[in-house]
Amino acid sequence: MKIKNNIAVSDNGFVFNPASGESFTVNQVGLDILNMLRKGEKQETIVQQLSEKYQADTAVIERDFSDFQAMVKQYHLHQNEE
Amino acid sequence: MKNKKKLTIAVTGLNAIDSPGPGVAVIRGLLEASDFDCRIIGLAYESLEPGIYMHDLIDKTYHIPYPSAGTEVLYNRLMYIHEKEKLDVVIPNFDAELYSFIKLADKLKQAGIHSFLPTMDQFESRQKVNLPDFGKKYNIHVPRSKAIYTVNEIHSLEQEYGSPLVIKGKYYDASLAYNSDQAKTAFNKISAKWGLPIIVQEFVHGTEYNVTGLGDGLGNTIAAVPMRKQYITDKGKAWGGITITDQKALDLTAHFLKSTKWRGAFELELMKNKAGEYYLLEINPRIPAWIYLAVGVGQNIPEALTKLALDWPIEAFTTYEAGKMFIRYAWDMIVDLKEFQQISTHGEL
Repeated sequence: MKIKNNIAVSDNGFVFNPASGESFTVNQVGLDILNMLRKGEKQETIVQQLSEKYQADTAVIERDFSDFQAMVKQYHLHQNEE
Repeated sequence: MKNKKKLTIAVTGLNAIDSPGPGVAVIRGLLEASDFDCRIIGLAYESLEPGIYMHDLIDKTYHIPYPSAGTEVLYNRLMYIHEKEKLDVVIPNFDAELYSFIKLADKLKQAGIHSFLPTMDQFESRQKVNLPDFGKKYNIHVPRSKAIYTVNEIHSLEQEYGSPLVIKGKYYDASLAYNSDQAKTAFNKISAKWGLPIIVQEFVHGTEYNVTGLGDGLGNTIAAVPMRKQYITDKGKAWGGITITDQKALDLTAHFLKSTKWRGAFELELMKNKAGEYYLLEINPRIPAWIYLAVGVGQNIPEALTKLALDWPIEAFTTYEAGKMFIRYAWDMIVDLKEFQQISTHGEL
């Protein structure tokens, strides 16, 4: 999943979609995920890194990541896959 | 240094209240114009319109008659003001007064007062009662709606459009009705205030966006700024909003201007449904109250409109800053009774 190029994400977790005018706030975990998605990291890498950083079970991280992805889609922050 | 021409510009819509007129915001734009300096003459209907007392924005205010008094009475009053103030341009900002100003436009121009308003055909074709035909003619999605004269027609429309229904007055006022009783109550309340017909409109679920802009009357877009309402009052007015970049909204605006050859300022009220389709809910044939946001992001529409009115050369705006917000606020002014007395008894301040 890729995040749209025009989505602005600030260092403190404020997310702004200039096309729709919608804004959101994410916590540090959400910010980490968004930043990694923007870098084009793959799901396995993201889960692995989060698991290490937060010392959490990969199964838990995978579930949370999946929920987060669903929200990203719901709010149209992702690029449509070709 | 640029030698700027000094213009005298008359502006209506000074009621900066909870459902504000655009006048004060228009004046702020005019005072920030880069191509001219101006002296502002306020035109007010009521003695308590706040703009009258904003002496840092308005040099002098005159009462003008309500549209119901007729165009001749308005013309005579404007000629009286013109004689004293030598007006160059007039910018009317209320829907209800536009008919009179459009009708008088040529006569006022002969007297030296310029304006840049929609044609009478454009003004009429976008009336709420004509919106379905407008949508069909210009291939623009509009919600289904019908103008009705009796409360009995509501039932069949409820079956056809589903719930809720939007019950609208011919010129102003709108109410959401979730059942027949609410629809009938709204019908009676709004028709008592604004007369018949009442427009019953299908409710489109989605997010509300507005676009303000300016057409040159030849089909070209001179200005266009889309905004998403962020904070909406119980009267449906934006109390906060943010500029956005939505290309679809800009394309729709360009299509509207090109196909109608719209002349003058306007506001498109749009609803974007979940599928991302835009529905045109209303066309306001004038500058909206949030116009200062457009000025703030780089498109000074009041200035551009003034230049078009005076036949000055003009370049279309091509950019604006997205992600800028406006947040409206209320401000209590302390006014001497003498001032209120002056405008109330002499009609001038």
